Amino acid sequence: MVSILRSMWLMLKHLVVRPVTVRYPEQKAYIPPRWRGRIILSRDPDGCERCVACYLCSAACPADCISLQATEDEHGRRYAEWFRINFSRCIFCGFCEEACPTYAIQLTPDFEMGEYDRSKLVYEKEDLLISGQGKYPGYNFYHHSGVSVKGKPRGGAVDETHPVDIRSLLP
Amino acid sequence: MTPGLWTLVIGVCLLAGLLGLTTGMIWIERRLLAQFQDRLGPNRVGPLGLFQPIADIIKLFMKEDWMPPFADKLIFVIAPGIIVVTVLLAFAVVPITPFIKVSDANVGLLFFLGMASMGVYGIVLAGWASNSKYSLIGGTRAAAQMLSYELPMGLAVVSVVMLAGSLRLSDIVNAQPRLWFCVLQPLGFVIFTIAGIAEARRTPFDLPEADSELIAGYHTEYSSMKFALFFMGEYLDIILVSAMVTVLYLGGWHGPLLPPALWFIIKMFAVIFLFVWVRAVLPRYRYDQLMTLGWKILLPLSIVNLVATGAVMLVMR
Ligand code: SF4
Ligand code: SF4
Repeated sequence: MVSILRSMWLMLKHLVVRPVTVRYPEQKAYIPPRWRGRIILSRDPDGCERCVACYLCSAACPADCISLQATEDEHGRRYAEWFRINFSRCIFCGFCEEACPTYAIQLTPDFEMGEYDRSKLVYEKEDLLISGQGKYPGYNFYHHSGVSVKGKPRGGAVDETHPVDIRSLLP
Repeated sequence: MTPGLWTLVIGVCLLAGLLGLTTGMIWIERRLLAQFQDRLGPNRVGPLGLFQPIADIIKLFMKEDWMPPFADKLIFVIAPGIIVVTVLLAFAVVPITPFIKVSDANVGLLFFLGMASMGVYGIVLAGWASNSKYSLIGGTRAAAQMLSYELPMGLAVVSVVMLAGSLRLSDIVNAQPRLWFCVLQPLGFVIFTIAGIAEARRTPFDLPEADSELIAGYHTEYSSMKFALFFMGEYLDIILVSAMVTVLYLGGWHGPLLPPALWFIIKMFAVIFLFVWVRAVLPRYRYDQLMTLGWKILLPLSIVNLVATGAVMLVMR
């Protein structure tokens, strides 16, 4: 009985509390930079596509919503002939971003992708590819020094950057 | 204007006003409940979301009016009507001011209690005609609940009748020009209000619908306007019980300065506010708690109240 009256009093006090609601389209909530939203394909610092069409993202995707076709240009560099993400199936888990060896595929803090038509949620490569580098500026997969394998020391391959001499960084 | 015509005009205005108020109740309840929970509630349709109920009603009209093939067709259709009609009929005896009243029957209070009991038919029949287990359980619960809470309600009201010396509702209001009966009858006031909440099937006594266990209880199988009628019935019930609390315990239209009708409306809305407030605070009772509260607490208390009132009246005389 007393507890009921007490909770009624406590509730009454909430009549004068400011509502916590964010009036969304007019007020925007803060979205952290690492938010997993609309997916993009980024470019490396040279302006070339980062994606090497390795299919790792497609294999990692639990919703099976990435499909692409690998092809090669005249220099033998692999890229995606077409790249398609079906956002009506994507669950925004971010596994594709984690699987990608080249930081090509990235999730961004944008969620306002509602459509009246389901088929409009299928994004093609033109819709996904952006002109910038996304979250990892300066990174270039082909220039990055890899690991040493048999017959190739670190940084020994064509176009591979030499590993940073950490001693040269000393003061 | 002849008295008959005047009554007709009042009746039609009352009907229109009540239906409008029912629609308004949707908005009032949702906004108020939201405020209690630190939310905003519907605020998009029209200024302050005032047109939200209209949008809701349009939506309900557009819904498919589906009748389950296993239902008892005739009763299935009649049941929602019974609820609304009984509640609306009960409003006929509620005096809003000395002049604004449809009927001043000398058994007004009995008529109200009778109509409140008739309302349960709508629910039980709806539960039975739907021919589904959830509806049936909801209907059965409603019957048991109404039965258990009508008794303390009736007994609480008897004390008021003893004080006022009349079953006519306008006489009861006139018996409390200064001192409201909620002061003389604090226990009766509480009992009547609690029983009234149970009569209107509101949280914490919404066991007949109990969404979490019974899907929607007696109106599980209903859709479109038939469902809307149940909804209307519930809101009309709230308004009716609030009006009755006002008449029986809060001195009806009596009050200083403001016109009588305004006083009545203010008091009625205060009770409606209480209804929403209680809904925001209390969770649904368990079935055994419901029965315990009805039979082991409210009923003895109302008898004690009755005896005490009688004793005091005897001594005072
Ligand atoms: S975020 Fe998850 S579901 Fe969406 S495309 Fe990437 S891996 Fe697939
Ligand atoms: S986006 Fe990344 S993981 Fe997917 S195919 Fe291209 S390089 Fe491979």
